Amino acid sequence: MDDFNSETDSDYTSYWRDWFISSRGNEYFCEIDEEYLTDRFNLTGLNTEVQYYQYALDLVTDVFDFDCDDDMREQIEKSARHLYGLVHARYIVTTRGLLKMLEKFKKSDFGKCPRVMCDSQPLLPMGQSDIANTSPVKLYCARCEDLYNPKSSRHAVIDGAYFGTSFHNILFQVYPAMLPPKSQRRYEPRVFGFKMHAAAALARWQGEQREGMKERLRKVGIETGFENEDEEVESEEEDDDMEIGDGFEQGQPGAAVAIHDR
Amino acid sequence: MSSSSQVTESWISSFCGLLGHEYFAEVSEDFIEDDFNLTGLQSQVPMYKEALEMILDVEPDDDDDEEDEEEEDEEDDEILGDERPTGYRRASDRRHLRIASDLSVIESSAELLYGLIHQRYITSRPGIQQMAEKYELQHFGTCPRVNCVSCKVLPVGLNDTPGHETVKLFCPSCLDVYTPPNSRFQTVDGAFFGTTFGSLFFMTFTELDVGGTRPSNSAADALIAIQAQSAEAKSRNPSTPANVTSINGVAPHNLAPGLGAGNIYEPRIYGFRVSERARSGPRMKWLRMRPADVTELDETRRYWDEHDGDEADRPDEDDMNMVDVAGEGKGVQVDRRKKVTARRRRANGSGNGGGSPMDTNGVGGPG
Repeated sequence: MDDFNSETDSDYTSYWRDWFISSRGNEYFCEIDEEYLTDRFNLTGLNTEVQYYQYALDLVTDVFDFDCDDDMREQIEKSARHLYGLVHARYIVTTRGLLKMLEKFKKSDFGKCPRVMCDSQPLLPMGQSDIANTSPVKLYCARCEDLYNPKSSRHAVIDGAYFGTSFHNILFQVYPAMLPPKSQRRYEPRVFGFKMHAAAALARWQGEQREGMKERLRKVGIETGFENEDEEVESEEEDDDMEIGDGFEQGQPGAAVAIHDR
Repeated sequence: MSSSSQVTESWISSFCGLLGHEYFAEVSEDFIEDDFNLTGLQSQVPMYKEALEMILDVEPDDDDDEEDEEEEDEEDDEILGDERPTGYRRASDRRHLRIASDLSVIESSAELLYGLIHQRYITSRPGIQQMAEKYELQHFGTCPRVNCVSCKVLPVGLNDTPGHETVKLFCPSCLDVYTPPNSRFQTVDGAFFGTTFGSLFFMTFTELDVGGTRPSNSAADALIAIQAQSAEAKSRNPSTPANVTSINGVAPHNLAPGLGAGNIYEPRIYGFRVSERARSGPRMKWLRMRPADVTELDETRRYWDEHDGDEADRPDEDDMNMVDVAGEGKGVQVDRRKKVTARRRRANGSGNGGGSPMDTNGVGGPG
């Protein structure tokens, strides 16, 4: 921040916002346009949510010239961050905001899906609630359609409401080309090469549900969006392996172990 | 001198102490010294003998009196200086040379060998026990999936031969595998843990509560709870009968507790669910589904319920029983099974006049 202060003022540099989005832990945020912030309509209702609303807004828009002590300054700083977050949730569902977040998504700024079968699919930040201070930010994977916790603890403390519950779904509605193909590949727990019966039975049941869904979609003529389906079906058919863990080989693992450790 | 306070760390414990090797258990020397446990590894590891010696901290070459010799060495240096017998020195030089040139090769061989032994060790009784302690202490971390609520995970490999995949983490709550969060584990070969360990672990410790503590509905979960309720209301069989203690060899509460109604993400825009028919609509819910009534997963019974005709091939009751029920006597079990069958019939709409062999077979009245 000191760096910025030492420079001369310019109409085109947004000091506070520049500092905010470039500071550590705020990598998920994009920069909100000046015009968006200064349009009072976009801020409707936020004055009741944010303490020292006016000062905070002044700080965010770099017109802050209130002389106050450090404690007060600290308070206002905190409010400014909160305000920025709340406006951010509104901004990222606008055309310009979506575009900015899309760029970050393409660069994998939000991280990649930890699920092995998702092949490092880029994630999107989301909130489980639109109300502030209910739950921290989560990451949405469009390939497995599930939510994950951010890896880093500095991201895990960001409020989920700063991204909202709708943004990531809107993004894929606006840019359907960004939707990754869905994958049917999955992990099969095995013991000495034999599939675990309980897990395999569940997987088969899930497969039935999936085929049911595909059938529903096919009836109304909608693409299912799965990749290389034919291969998958084939590999499923040849799965007549024996399975382990179905209760018939009680004591078996112990027996196998006994050989090993004598 | 031998009683010096600084005990040199064994190769094994220093290897396990390296950054990124936090997942490894310390294989006991007894296990390694048993040749049976090393069957077949010789052909997989270059410089096998040297690598094995390095792991066991055995000094190369034949000397048992190695330490004495070294002491003598030092004394010799002090007293005799350059006038040491040349033959003696040459031998030690040779050893130094050999060590200098091959050390890195042996080191990497030793790591490979240790990894392969480790894969076997953690499926043995003491090994799996050691891993259980590490699991309890959360050394392997937790599942990144939100609906698994920080369920403890295990390191697994996707392949049993080295050089294919790095180590992954298996979550018993969603039965899925994840990449470790820290990149330092991306140098660890998955084969060093193997494909068997993860599943064998939970077969061995069946009494573990894999799901951990699932939070009761807090304010944030209110929506999810409502979803769960409506989903359950919709389903035919509201829930697993309370007296089922085992389904397909697993306790119902340990069968993928992170899946099923209430644990499936429901995409919404401004509060409205995104339709399945939308291009961007949900397509992957099946991956996180689990029947509300787990007895639906009893495939053997389902099969025979659907194939009433072939009575000759029908296995006897005990072989068919993939569902264990809590109850005092056999009579209770049979009774329950009858009910399940009867309900299935109704649900399937294939009622055939109650003339099923199930109803007449081995009916012992309750009690």
